[in-house]
Amino acid sequence: MAQTEWILSCEKLTVDFDGFVAVNQMDFQLARGELRFLIGPNGAGKTTMLDMICGKTKPTSGKVFYGDATDISRKKEHQIAAMGIARKFQAPSIFQPLSVFENMELALKQNRSIWTALFRPITSEQRNRIMEGLQLVGLHEKAHMRAGSLSHGEKQWLEIGMMLLQEPTVLLLDEPVAGMTDVETEKTGELLMTITTSCSVVVVEHDMEFVRAFSSTVTVMHEGMLLKEGSMDDIQNDQRVAEVYLGQKAG
Amino acid sequence: METEGLGGNADTFLRLEGKGGDCEMRTAAIRFIQSRGTVGYLLIAAVLFSAPLFISDFRLNLLAKFLSFAILAIGLDLIWGYTGILSLGQGVFFGLGAYCMAMHLKLASTNGALPDFMSWSGLSELPWFLEPFHSFPAAVLLGLLLPAALAMLLGYVTFRSRIRGVYFSILTQALVLITVTLFVGQQAYTGGTNGVTGFREIFGYSLSNPDVQMVLYWITAAVLIVVFLFAKWLVGTRFARALQAIRDGENRLRFIGYNPDIYKMAVFALSAAFAGLAGMLFVLHVGIISPSMMGIVPSIEMVLWVAIGGRGTLIGAVIGAILINAAKTGFSEAYPDGWLYFLGALFVIAVVFLPSGIMGVRDKLMALVQRRSERNTKQLAEKGGESIGANGMDSVLRETNR
Repeated sequence: MAQTEWILSCEKLTVDFDGFVAVNQMDFQLARGELRFLIGPNGAGKTTMLDMICGKTKPTSGKVFYGDATDISRKKEHQIAAMGIARKFQAPSIFQPLSVFENMELALKQNRSIWTALFRPITSEQRNRIMEGLQLVGLHEKAHMRAGSLSHGEKQWLEIGMMLLQEPTVLLLDEPVAGMTDVETEKTGELLMTITTSCSVVVVEHDMEFVRAFSSTVTVMHEGMLLKEGSMDDIQNDQRVAEVYLGQKAG
Repeated sequence: METEGLGGNADTFLRLEGKGGDCEMRTAAIRFIQSRGTVGYLLIAAVLFSAPLFISDFRLNLLAKFLSFAILAIGLDLIWGYTGILSLGQGVFFGLGAYCMAMHLKLASTNGALPDFMSWSGLSELPWFLEPFHSFPAAVLLGLLLPAALAMLLGYVTFRSRIRGVYFSILTQALVLITVTLFVGQQAYTGGTNGVTGFREIFGYSLSNPDVQMVLYWITAAVLIVVFLFAKWLVGTRFARALQAIRDGENRLRFIGYNPDIYKMAVFALSAAFAGLAGMLFVLHVGIISPSMMGIVPSIEMVLWVAIGGRGTLIGAVIGAILINAAKTGFSEAYPDGWLYFLGALFVIAVVFLPSGIMGVRDKLMALVQRRSERNTKQLAEKGGESIGANGMDSVLRETNR
């Protein structure tokens, strides 16, 4: 019964990079509409987990079930993305030579075939959606600008806008506020909240303040394995977590 | 790249402003008429079509050859300039198209007899796979489809295994070597090193007749314009946005749900088909195709046309192909001994000093004129002169009229 409730369910995920086991027998479940934080010290395998979910890295063993128990662990990146799992990498993933509007146009949820790309220009309704999205991330006045000429923060927001238009079911975020100023972090946090209302989210994060700001379930990984799962309070009071992670930070 | 990129952005912007289909159509039509580019293109088209009035038959024949090269350059620009995939094997696709047309012309010129090179090689009858070349439409179709299919196949194998960048370029070079070796070796079917030549007629018209050559020139010019307009349309679609996205970050495109492999295969096949088309027209004007014309050196030269013209701008590719070949002819006529050095020097200068090619130089000049005119406008405004339109070109015109 539990199977159907999860939008994402990883079973015994293991990846072995030529002898180095980055993720080891990891179980991970995400409920529909949930916002989950994935934390852990450097090298714990957090990013590798996201890589395996979105198809960037193929697991050595284990399965990833998505939605109605479809195993996606062997599917290609673009298939997984088209099924509704969006990934935000640490570096802004925008297309520099294209305009802000054209970036949004590519990301817009629609058929990704060549035929559609050639013969189906976007409708005025879709155009409005793009402009609304740009309005939301505060880039509507820069629609015609080259994306490459945006500032670092603006690039991040453009990417968030693009993810918004992708209408993902599951969103995988890798340190979304890394390298941002406080003001940018705040605005990014707000924007992410807007998106997370409509989908399930996994966030890999180092910034503990940022994690504390959201009251949600936290998963702690250590050396490729699950260490602890629970609320932030549980995590902070856990002796083992303190040893491997918080302890280091506090000390 | 820059000009067309900006043009595209302006398009997008206008589309944003437009409300409702009717209004958009009108804006599009007005924009088409008003845009300075269109006037330029019409001018070029007019010059191309009236060229037979000004130049000798010999020059016309050369120009026709250059125009067919320009068709190839457009295809190469789509895959290299827009998609960022450097194919050093366009010569093969060009050659395949050329051989298809040559085979048809040869069969048409022998009145049912076996082509000379086949009987020299001991064949007694036409091999079954060359039978279709009796038909002109079949030959043309094959001249387009064979290169496209070969590109698809190579693309399928390489793109799917994520072979990229310089490794892909090396593979295309290998394809050239293999094909040339094959064509040289299979003398009975391809004419070997000598290639296929000795054509007399097309549709019963003599190929040596200047009038026929003139008509063929017009056909080539028309095909070039059609190919150019098609490519122009193509680069305005979301398909081309995806191609540019592949150039900028192929993996990123994957993670927003596109399959770049399919897009790359499509554009590679298209560029190969254009090369095949160019090859077919080339044979009509030059009257011979041999393996040396599809080899490694011509394949690299093709890339240089686009590099010097300005990759990422379609018109740059066309200009590059025509100018470089014209220069090559000019140098070789004026300096029969040293022309290769001149050509080499031209390439070095272009690559070192003009990274965006001829179109890049034009863009820089345009920007300079724009800045100057803006400054003048500002000065005039400060002097309290009457209001002057923001359009930089207007003030430039005014300035030159004074």
